[in-house]
Amino acid sequence: MTHEQFEVLSNQAVAACAVVYFLALLAHLAEWAAGRNAPVEQAAPVAVGGGGAEEPAATEPVDESAPELRRQMFGRVGLGLTMLAAAVHFVAVVARGLAPDPIRVPWGNMYEFTLTGTWVVVIGYLLLYRRYSLSWLSPVVTGFALVTLMIDVLVLYTPVVPLRDALQSPWLVIHVVAAIIATGAFTLGGMCSALYLVKERRASRPERRGGYLDRLPDLAVLDRVAYRTHAFAFPIWTFAALIAGPIWAHYAWGRYWGWDPKEVWAFITWVVYAAYLHARATQGWKGRSAAVVALVGLATLWFNFVGINFFFGSGSQHSYAAPQPTSVVQVVGEGPSPLRR
Amino acid sequence: MTTTRTPPEERTEQRRPASALTPVELARWAWRQLTSMRTALILLFLLALAAVPGSVVPQEDVDSLRASQWREQHPELTPIYEKLGLFSVYDSVWFSAIYILLMVSLIGCFLPRLRVYWRGVRAQPPKAPRNLSRLGAHRSFETDLAPEQVREQATALLRGARFRVRRAEAEEDVSAERGYLREAGNLLFHLSVLIVLVGFAVGSLWGFRGGTIVVTGDGFANTLSQYDDFRAGAFFDPESLEPFDFTVDGFDVTFIREGREAGMAHEFSADLTYRSEPGAEDRKREISVNHPLNVRGTDVFLISHGYAPHITVRNADRSIAFSGPVVFLPQDSSFRSFGVVKVPDAEQEGGNRQIGLEGEFYPTYAFTKESGPFSAFPEDRNPAISMLAYAGDLGLDDGEPQSVYSLDKDGLEPIRSLGKPLRIDLPMGGTEQLPDGLGTVSFDGMSRFVKLQVSHTPGQKIALAGVVLALAGLLASLFVRPRRVWVRARREDGRTLVEVAGLHRSSGGDLAGEIDQLADRLATPVKETQ
Ligand code: HEM
Repeated sequence: MTHEQFEVLSNQAVAACAVVYFLALLAHLAEWAAGRNAPVEQAAPVAVGGGGAEEPAATEPVDESAPELRRQMFGRVGLGLTMLAAAVHFVAVVARGLAPDPIRVPWGNMYEFTLTGTWVVVIGYLLLYRRYSLSWLSPVVTGFALVTLMIDVLVLYTPVVPLRDALQSPWLVIHVVAAIIATGAFTLGGMCSALYLVKERRASRPERRGGYLDRLPDLAVLDRVAYRTHAFAFPIWTFAALIAGPIWAHYAWGRYWGWDPKEVWAFITWVVYAAYLHARATQGWKGRSAAVVALVGLATLWFNFVGINFFFGSGSQHSYAAPQPTSVVQVVGEGPSPLRR
Repeated sequence: MTTTRTPPEERTEQRRPASALTPVELARWAWRQLTSMRTALILLFLLALAAVPGSVVPQEDVDSLRASQWREQHPELTPIYEKLGLFSVYDSVWFSAIYILLMVSLIGCFLPRLRVYWRGVRAQPPKAPRNLSRLGAHRSFETDLAPEQVREQATALLRGARFRVRRAEAEEDVSAERGYLREAGNLLFHLSVLIVLVGFAVGSLWGFRGGTIVVTGDGFANTLSQYDDFRAGAFFDPESLEPFDFTVDGFDVTFIREGREAGMAHEFSADLTYRSEPGAEDRKREISVNHPLNVRGTDVFLISHGYAPHITVRNADRSIAFSGPVVFLPQDSSFRSFGVVKVPDAEQEGGNRQIGLEGEFYPTYAFTKESGPFSAFPEDRNPAISMLAYAGDLGLDDGEPQSVYSLDKDGLEPIRSLGKPLRIDLPMGGTEQLPDGLGTVSFDGMSRFVKLQVSHTPGQKIALAGVVLALAGLLASLFVRPRRVWVRARREDGRTLVEVAGLHRSSGGDLAGEIDQLADRLATPVKETQ
């Protein structure tokens, strides 16, 4: 296949996987609707420990009634569709890397970061699905994937171009892979924290019953899943932002830390998540406040991912990821020429 | 069933100070407040918040050009911002105050925890609580084995699982604990944060960073006077500059010529000949983005590049008033570049008027009615300059340092020809006559220039070691699971009642599975192989 064909393939795969995510979302909404009036079994206390192997597989409540069977069927269909979508999504990412000449890692601009980041969120969800019995997270993840891909295609789409010199470094690959994985995991964790807050609010109004929220696990379980995902993401973020990033910056720009807006916000994200981990261990901050801190962390992370390039544009040396390079001296000679011969 | 370890300083009650306090008590109280988890949390938030303005307001240290542009555009806000230190947030008093407080708090928190940890590591696992069934993870069963046998087996199993087991003969319980590394990791992490800060501080106090633009063929010697801009820490000593020098022999850039990516620089690199000190032997080295030259700890980075057209200004009598390559700063990705020529030595019949030229350079000149002149490609396929000419006083003599990239037009008048300001449009090799016997301007040739950054940042290795240690500590702190397990066996109605219970000592842990496993193995005894 030629490079152009790979680009077309990638674009088609993005469209296809978005459709499949949409179908998966529909299946999960149907699952939820079918379960609306069915009584909710108090879900068996889900083991969410650290080590892994010794945890018993979560037991689904045994209920043979027709609506319950239908509900489970919808759930399985949704899960299957999500796996299919993730596979097609993967094709989109890989084809994107094969499209430029010479081929490169598919992380050259925001469109590509977002494409890959969304995939990481879905994969993280699928990997943890059994271990943490994540069926309650399905509508959120599929809906998130769908919306993010739509925004990505409509707002952030960038045609394939080769990497700029500054980006051609093994540290780029390491730095960006780590940053994307951490972003995906933080996003998953943030979903759990958000659901925690929603559920906690609901708990104060017990009269409204039925529906999705009753299918959420206990607050303690939500909190623990959120913590586990954040605890996984935090060291990776530490590595991406405070080790690989500075090393790359050293080679590319001659300083390892320069308080460039992108670096400032990476630091802010790190500090806020450190505060989250602290909050979980501080009297009076556990639970609700900690969940809020986690969401603040996520907001700073996404702001850095997307916002910086729009709001600060050329002020950041990292603005290579902006749709249009506008900076003067720093981007000397890079970026496509507005005029072609 | 998850219990959170309460940091020691939180166990001591933090009451508000009663009305009558001795200074010592007050100081104690303040210290306890400062080193509490809550204060640490709030300081962390403050630190995050305080970092924000530095990403919004252009920073002197990051981009001094943008900072000064911002100052010009906001004359009212500038003095206020200056006072608040908003142009250099990261060395401002308030930012420093926050992180210094945080570090003091960190030390104040670290030392007592270290002491507690040290005692804990050497102590035996604690005795079992009286009521094991209260613990979240709890199992009990009956067996025919004697209690001693059960205990013996439990001890062996737990030791095998790398638990530390309490040595005590006359007890009916086996107490065991493992996961000591968690707290060690946590302590290491917090200590490493300090190490990173030290490394960072060393770099910003003793380090320097300078920028210089060198035209190909020219050289650079590492002394202060050769830098275009230079920034150094408070304790930097100019004597400590490594005495190396180098010449830029050539510069190479490949632009992609075809397809959608046409015009992008593919690769660029500069060839240097350098000497690590005067008299040392010459060495050759190619530098490019991501591949700096390192001379005894000082790095030379290739940052960007551009064109330096050779411009000659002659007086009316053909004598040369100015000649040489002039650096034009690129303005966009097509290398439309901006530059200034200052000719202080221009001579004319009847009174000396200095000459200044200001305008643009286009590596591949093109023109349309709509857009005016522009550069169609970044390569020098059809180089041309287009500059306005001024005559008068360049303002070089009033003592104020001037940028070589801008004309001070206070004392200058545009040179007019036929009533209109004179624009000099020249292809390479061309010459244009100035009116009024002012002489000629010619565009004779082209060189490249490279923008280099030279920097020395001591403490880099300390900082790097710090973060790596911090990461290691963090991993231990987040993933080692500290836990205590107790097995109680006692005779009851002719059989042995065995209770197995555990306590996870960190938030987010769960022991049920492990306790079940242990209970199962105790309930189905295997033959000892010995
Ligand atoms: C530079 C400032 C600090 C940073 C970046 C920081 C970061 C962190 C991080 C990331 C953790 C999570 C590790 C874990 O959960 O085990 C943690 C835990 C902890 N930190 Fe800090 N910390 C800082 C300052 C402090 C201070 C000043 C104190 C003392 C009050 C403190 C006390 C603790 C304690 C007791 C834990 C253990 C919490 C637990 O058991 O989960 N930290 N810190």
